[in-house]
Amino acid sequence: MKEVKSKNAAPGKQGGLNAEIQSRIGHQLRAMYDDVVRQGVPDRFAELIRKLDASEGNPQVGNTGDKNDGRE
Amino acid sequence: MPLTDSLRDDILASVPSLRAFAISLSGNGDRADDLVQETLLRALANIDSFQPGSNLPAWLFTILRNLFRSDYRKRRREVEDADGSYAKTLKTQPAQSAHLEFEEFRTALDKLPQDQREALILVGASGFSYEDAAAICGCAVGTIKSRVNRARSKLSALLYVDGTDDFGPDETVRAVIGGSGG
Repeated sequence: MKEVKSKNAAPGKQGGLNAEIQSRIGHQLRAMYDDVVRQGVPDRFAELIRKLDASEGNPQVGNTGDKNDGRE
Repeated sequence: MPLTDSLRDDILASVPSLRAFAISLSGNGDRADDLVQETLLRALANIDSFQPGSNLPAWLFTILRNLFRSDYRKRRREVEDADGSYAKTLKTQPAQSAHLEFEEFRTALDKLPQDQREALILVGASGFSYEDAAAICGCAVGTIKSRVNRARSKLSALLYVDGTDDFGPDETVRAVIGGSGG
């Protein structure tokens, strides 16, 4: 009954199933999240920061209400 | 502090995880990107209130989380997101069976109360400490811990089995943080 340390503890033992489920949930959660992280920084945001940076010192920062992706 | 080059770079470097957080919270890619944009605008407009040397991601996540909350209240009665909207934001479409499992997971996640969902994402996916997550959500560390635990047992029940109240908090925590020992 003291096989907690064993890496190959069969799922279904006391606690083993839960641990496995919990690790699966953690894995799925990170997979979902990391999928988005891996997309990097969309141009839209790089451009936004650059524009705001260029107008630094200008008190009107923060004044773009609309969905404007900057393209023509 | 003023917007230095390195601070600007750090803000940009936080964009991918801000997007992931926003999408995880809202389940909608377009809305998530609007949230991120608004977060960046707020952050830059209030950059003077950022304490140099403090946790920049936590500061940005706090802004985004609060925006989402107020936005959520406003939109509550409006049309709910269509199921497929999140999947469309992914560049790589998962294979069919994996996709199904993914949809199931997403659906289950959406069923969690908002408090529990955000706590689970912050600790389990974004990798924040309980302390940072508590600061971001404006609550006690113990509250975050219990929200994460409840979120995890609820997800277990929804996805796999019923009655998974058999694990202690410490074990849960370890599973969340370091669970991928494959």
